[in-house]
Amino acid sequence: MNDLKPTREGYVEGILQAGRENSRVVVIEGDVSRSIGSASFGEEFPDRFFNLGVSEQDMLGEAAGLALEGFIPFVGTYGVFLAGRAWDQIRTSICYMNLDVRIAGAHGGVSVGPDGATHQALEDVALMRVLPNMKVLVPADSNQTRAAVIASLEADGPVYIRFGRNPVPQIYTSDDKVNIGKGNLLKDGSDITLVACGAMVSLSIEAAAILGGMGISAGVIDMISVKPLDRELLVGQAGKTGAVVVAEDHQVTGGLFGAVAETLCRELPVPVDTVAMQNTFGTSGIPERVMEKYGLTAIAIAEKAKRMLQ
Amino acid sequence: MLDNAQMQDLALQVRLDVLEMIRAAGSGHPGGSFSAVETLVELYWNVMKIRPEDPRWTGRDRFILSKGHACPALYSVLARKGYFDPAEFLTFRKLGSRLQGHPNMHVLPGLDASTGSLGQGLSLACGIAHGMKLDDRESRVFCLLGDGELQEGSIWEAAMTASHYNLKQLTAIVDRNRIQLDGTVSEVMEIEPLVDKWLAFGWDVVVADGHSFPSLEKAFEHCAQTPFPSVIIADTVKGKGVSFMEHTFLWHGRCPDDKEYDAAVGEIRGGLS
Repeated sequence: MNDLKPTREGYVEGILQAGRENSRVVVIEGDVSRSIGSASFGEEFPDRFFNLGVSEQDMLGEAAGLALEGFIPFVGTYGVFLAGRAWDQIRTSICYMNLDVRIAGAHGGVSVGPDGATHQALEDVALMRVLPNMKVLVPADSNQTRAAVIASLEADGPVYIRFGRNPVPQIYTSDDKVNIGKGNLLKDGSDITLVACGAMVSLSIEAAAILGGMGISAGVIDMISVKPLDRELLVGQAGKTGAVVVAEDHQVTGGLFGAVAETLCRELPVPVDTVAMQNTFGTSGIPERVMEKYGLTAIAIAEKAKRMLQ
Repeated sequence: MLDNAQMQDLALQVRLDVLEMIRAAGSGHPGGSFSAVETLVELYWNVMKIRPEDPRWTGRDRFILSKGHACPALYSVLARKGYFDPAEFLTFRKLGSRLQGHPNMHVLPGLDASTGSLGQGLSLACGIAHGMKLDDRESRVFCLLGDGELQEGSIWEAAMTASHYNLKQLTAIVDRNRIQLDGTVSEVMEIEPLVDKWLAFGWDVVVADGHSFPSLEKAFEHCAQTPFPSVIIADTVKGKGVSFMEHTFLWHGRCPDDKEYDAAVGEIRGGLS
């Protein structure tokens, strides 16, 4: 886990591979291709790369039009502006028509750091999860992000893939695959289950180790597929441990915690708590310091789990 | 090909169909449907390459009704072209109907997109034009916009894209009836000078009489030849064809009562040759 890489690098590797394997793959950008790194797709496939400038609404509508013609567009820009500003285009022009558009939301979470609150997507998972036909993937490292891009090619209808700017530890190998609707049990446990996505997955693995030192056996689920949620894995582990902590770099409402709580309250009511942004905006700073400020740390996850068991 | 008198009769039939749908539903948008009738008839009978017996034919031209609320006029045109049975008009806006309050492409044959949220159709049309260009197909895409709809900023994002990527496959039509839900366009939010605006955005601009088939025919012929994305500013009358519905925002989204319905039908029938 020493090899640190931003998940967005996996996105670029993914679209390049997808572009080589499938000539219907096109990329739509909004003047951040040098930031995300997708400019390299434009260098390799100039005819299938459209930079539409700073115009998120047009980007999503344009993607819908290309999908109507049988192309598979990947639309990439910062998640705040995709999921927020162009939400109605995503709703009506993409989800209502159930089109094969892949929406790549960069700069997810406060872990974006120095750019500050305006550029830290904290509501995108909630905004996308509520839409009919939409699938939502939040990969934990760059290998998994690349695999998520490849998995999305086979999906029916729209997919939102969220990734981050800050380097995170590699959890997966380049051979690991993503199955939409499936999570991964990274560590089995008997006392409590930690459910995480994105940058919080490696922190949850750390938290489980901290808890292990206290004699608490914590399982870790990487719930990359926030929608559809891996119900079977979640209910199975929740039933086994009887308590769940959800960790996400996102607002406390509407995201992974919401998805987990909605599922468990109907199927297996067990205590569920959360480590997330507590209904607040982020701020500028070094990513690790910003995450500490808002309590998005391995220690915070471990403490929350310990308190739940007392 | 139909002569001018036959086209005019078709336009009257479409207006009768629109009234029938809205009357049966108890709601709908007569004003903006009536202003768009001749444009739609010209497109579907004289301009677009389509195969009603094979609605998803890849080589067809595409049509996007960005002003989705004018769908009764489009439904009438599609049914009269043979995409479905006009008997379905009576189901408009009702539970289980394929004739949704705004167009849903997944339930009704002949629709190239689902629309209704204003400001989105031109981007869809740009994406379709891009796709046609990538596939090196001869097809064209047409997009009907309301004039009030041009107040949406996203329209102008798409307008930039069309000229930046030189999407000459794309022809937009602005149904310039000069009235929107709350009043006249110039009172609510002025959008003029429209010709200058589209020119400034790099489009080829033609102004046409949106209720004259010869004028529309000439405009569409010009657009088929131009090397730029093109827009036809079709000057129209909101509520065209029924005297008491014309030039007023009151009939943007209102269903006529029995007396008004009979009067409207009488006026339209009076024009049939």
